[in-house]
Amino acid sequence: MNAFNRLLTSAAIGLAVGVTSFSAFAETPANMLVIANRIDDVTTVDPAESFEFAGSDISRNVYGRLVNLDPLNLEAGYQPDLAESWEVSEDGKTITFTMREGVKFHSGNPVTAEDAAFSLQRAVILNKTPAFILTQFGFTPENATETIRADGNKLMITTDKKYATSFVLNCLTATIGGIVDKATVMANEVDGDMGNTWLKTNSAGSGPYILDSWKPNESVTLTSFPDYYGGAPAMERVIVRHVIESASQRLLLERGDIDVARNLNPEDIAGVMEADGVKVEDELKGRLMYLALNQKHPVLSKPEVRQAFKYLIDYEGMRDSFLKGQYTIHQNFLPKTYLGASDENPFSYDIEKAKELLAAAGVENLEVEIGVREAQERIEIGQSFQNAAAQAGIKVNITVGTAKQILARYRARELDVYLGAWGPDYPDPQTNAGTFAYNPDNSDEANATGLLAWRTGWDAGGLTEKVEAAVTENDREKRVQMYLDIQKEFREISPFVMMFQQIEQSALRDNVENWSTGQAVTAAAYWQVTK
Amino acid sequence: MSLTDDNNQRRPRRAPLSEKAWPLAKTSMLTLGSISVTLLGLLFITFIIGRVMPIDPVLAIVGERASQSTYDAVYQQLGLDKPLLVQFLYYLWDVLHLDFGTSLLNARPVSEDIARVFPATLELATLGIIFGVVLGVPLGVLAAVRKGSWIDQVARVLALVGYSMPIFWLGLMGLLVFYGILGWVGGPGRVGIFYVDVVPSVTGLILVDALLDGNWAVFKDAFSHIILPASLLGYFSLAYISRMTRSFMLEQLSAEYITTARVKGMSEWDVIWKHAFKNIRVQLITVIALSYANLLEGSVLTEIIFSWPGIGSYITTALLSADMNAVLGGTVVVGLIFILLNIFSDLLYKVFDPRAK
Amino acid sequence: MADTQTWRQWLLTETPTSRRHAKISAIYQGWLSFRSNTMAMIGLGILVLLVFVAFAAPLLAPHDPFVQDLGNRLAPLGTDGHIFGTDSLGRDILSRLIYGARITLYIVALVALIAPVAGLLVGTVSGYVGGWVDTILMRITDIFLAFPRLVLALAFVAALGAGIENAVLAISLTAWPPYARIARAETLTIRSSDYISAIKLQGAGPLRIITKHIWPLCISSLIVRVTLDMAGIILAAAGLGFLGLGAQPPSPEWGAMISEGRRFILDYWWVATMPGLAIFTVSLAFNLLGDGLRDVLDPKAGE
Repeated sequence: MNAFNRLLTSAAIGLAVGVTSFSAFAETPANMLVIANRIDDVTTVDPAESFEFAGSDISRNVYGRLVNLDPLNLEAGYQPDLAESWEVSEDGKTITFTMREGVKFHSGNPVTAEDAAFSLQRAVILNKTPAFILTQFGFTPENATETIRADGNKLMITTDKKYATSFVLNCLTATIGGIVDKATVMANEVDGDMGNTWLKTNSAGSGPYILDSWKPNESVTLTSFPDYYGGAPAMERVIVRHVIESASQRLLLERGDIDVARNLNPEDIAGVMEADGVKVEDELKGRLMYLALNQKHPVLSKPEVRQAFKYLIDYEGMRDSFLKGQYTIHQNFLPKTYLGASDENPFSYDIEKAKELLAAAGVENLEVEIGVREAQERIEIGQSFQNAAAQAGIKVNITVGTAKQILARYRARELDVYLGAWGPDYPDPQTNAGTFAYNPDNSDEANATGLLAWRTGWDAGGLTEKVEAAVTENDREKRVQMYLDIQKEFREISPFVMMFQQIEQSALRDNVENWSTGQAVTAAAYWQVTK
Repeated sequence: MSLTDDNNQRRPRRAPLSEKAWPLAKTSMLTLGSISVTLLGLLFITFIIGRVMPIDPVLAIVGERASQSTYDAVYQQLGLDKPLLVQFLYYLWDVLHLDFGTSLLNARPVSEDIARVFPATLELATLGIIFGVVLGVPLGVLAAVRKGSWIDQVARVLALVGYSMPIFWLGLMGLLVFYGILGWVGGPGRVGIFYVDVVPSVTGLILVDALLDGNWAVFKDAFSHIILPASLLGYFSLAYISRMTRSFMLEQLSAEYITTARVKGMSEWDVIWKHAFKNIRVQLITVIALSYANLLEGSVLTEIIFSWPGIGSYITTALLSADMNAVLGGTVVVGLIFILLNIFSDLLYKVFDPRAK
Repeated sequence: MADTQTWRQWLLTETPTSRRHAKISAIYQGWLSFRSNTMAMIGLGILVLLVFVAFAAPLLAPHDPFVQDLGNRLAPLGTDGHIFGTDSLGRDILSRLIYGARITLYIVALVALIAPVAGLLVGTVSGYVGGWVDTILMRITDIFLAFPRLVLALAFVAALGAGIENAVLAISLTAWPPYARIARAETLTIRSSDYISAIKLQGAGPLRIITKHIWPLCISSLIVRVTLDMAGIILAAAGLGFLGLGAQPPSPEWGAMISEGRRFILDYWWVATMPGLAIFTVSLAFNLLGDGLRDVLDPKAGE
């Protein structure tokens, strides 16, 4: 920038004094990784409570787990982390972990089996939102100390019945499996909260990074842990800055102010690909977009109508336009890359077919309300659907609201149609099967708000038992086939119109290597990143 | 009334207080009383809105996957099972002890949050009002003195455009041109990413903190970030301040004593600044105080466009996620500032303006 | 020709023959002085055009504003058949702007009806009755004035649900207090006048005095104020739309259109720029008109 430009600047922004120029291209320090991401979903960083995306990213880097996923080889599945090895008892109900020796927490305390037992018991006893991931194995606040116990450097967990071992271990790779430093946490206990209040904003882990600060809606700062058992990470400081706008993230990246931009929209991805020194990496994520048709609605509960709606989605049109590069068509409840995932996508955009089905059901002058979260891509999906439905003679009214507004009505079974997104909670097919196709009691009194099938008012049409059977099957091939069968039936009869699976496009400065946002199975990891 | 607010047109008003002359003690008592009543009303309305809102605060905390038992536990923990009035009284009791409660969403004390976000807004609004005054007052005076000249026309157009521009749009365009295309200013946010937390936070105002720390690089960077949103806010207050200055000046310039002064052969400079301008100072301060109050309370959209972590965007985010403790705390602080600035300008009137007595 | 001449003379007469004649004559003279104000006439012209566009939208719009064409999205300015390009779903931006004029007019008209009337009611009652009624009403007014306005409007919309009617109510809710203050001040001066005392002696009740004698006198200052506030109302509505709390999709509300286009601001700047210009033009027109009207109706307050 020359002096003349500088002069112009000053004039343009109403300054008499010349401002020194701001360099057009900056570069982040070599030992620092700077990421732009939306972090407004973080409400706590306590691993027993944290459940949203950005919070899971923090946890994954700060807390070690018994078993963990390797960011450079996610396909390999769970690997030893704080537990060096494990054995399953003959009845298949008890797993005994042997702890890795010489691992330290950030405080300097050694990581022991006692800490691991405390962490899991704590998660069960606190019974926060993600607790179901553990309590589904029969752990309760009452029996936690017997079912989860430490003995020397061994940790034993005993489930209420026999489950597929992979299912149990997969669940332990989730955020809630994070092992906390018992001594530090209990030193900060207030009113018997097992340190929950303190851990909401502080950390006590053994992972490769130490949480320096989390400023809500501003930034998360991590510093490397030099004594990490796997070796100190290359990036000594990681800063995640909350930047909402895609355009802002793109400009920051193009100017070299950040190394990674995680929320670019398709237009900005296209733009950024033309910039120098920037590359884009795709990762298939687990998040699915779907429509849920309320089965308490007299018309939407007709089988032909459910079927008709599946033809009213312009799958390809959307994928190739405003969802370009960021969603792929997927009409099954198990995300691709999951055990038992299906690639069958039988439905296409077909107004005539939909009209026939509607006519067969004797539907006329149907008017429905669709609840949509205020995210732009969802509003556009909603409008595209509205447009298609209008051609088939259905009037669709869109109600846009914040996540919480819309969600509350969905949970209360009040919405006619809900445009939803669902991300798996742990890398096992049960995570989605157990919510889309499982509903043991469809009555209002059951109040099973955690189950999508219940929210939709659908009794799961006989799939409930099949899901229960699949989760205890230890033979991998058989288990896969069971899920394929469930999904086949689900596609035809369910009131869920499964539409898309997300692809996360991270835009990186081209010197960033080994970047991973955890694909469909876990959260982002930073310790393997180099520049 | 404009919600985009930065170009607000609220007129200064004569306070009911100044209608009668009260002894000082009684006046202060009354003032205090009226502040508390207003604040109480403010709190009550916000509280009620929070409770009738269809956003479920419990859901906001526990998230989509929570089981019913988790949900119920949090419901009770928040005291939502108690009658509304009881909840309000509890809340009031805490506020009287300067405890605004804990943010539902980030588990921190609301007072801590406000202490963090308010300086950001204060810094932005203060710089904005400085622009507005430094440029707006001379422009208004000049426009009045040279009524009908080109400078008057320019001032008029500037003000009209300012009143008519959607600030969020102008902000977007400003970012696009000055940051996106030209790269002359810093982008959204208060400082560039590697200057975050570099200087210790003493006052919370980054520009001041950087100077105190003697860190010139941070100061420059922070300045490059604040300049665009502050100029924008400054422009909108300039529009208002220059118009008001002009009309106050015109009123003075047509007064008898000015003609007399001119006849006596006083220099034009002295006529304008020593006589006319001196007489509009009080009115002007009122206008500026109001304008300042508006910038402090109402730069929500500017803050959103520029990702400015200030109190406006804090309240908005909190509101949309049903974090009612945060909304209430923010509203009280902002309302209090507004009331205080109003009282301040009323007092000025009382003390200095002979006509108000 | 001669006929017009006589009309003009009749209208401009110094010696009106009846009260109505005097009134019409005054209005005509006001119009003449207004007409000489070029800026105000430009403003009026733009607004007349806006009303015309809103009414004739189906005739003027080249496309259906709701019809999507995903294959032709984000078309640039000057594309064949889409002068202002197309938006993210391939809808014609010009047609959406034209239909959007209806929404803008609708909001402006409703707010202009609700807020001043509410303010007038509160202000005149407060001013006329006085005493504790005055104290309470003015305290309530103060509370609303002290509220951060966007927060109040946001909270209101959040409580009632997003939508154009609720946005109108929310804006009205934040807009009435200043009108109440104006009406109260006017009432206070009128109340103590001899004229009102005389009517009182004739046995008129308070209701009659307020509605028949005080309201008409408050109206002109309110009209000026409303016109001046109109731009603010448009900006407010656009602000709510921008935050997603105004008109719901697929409604072509201008603020919401900016918000949609904001995502592509770097590569497809026109998507957000065009509705922004539309908002700017209309609110500028209202400001020009308001300035002109103020000069005519209330010369003291103006220059």
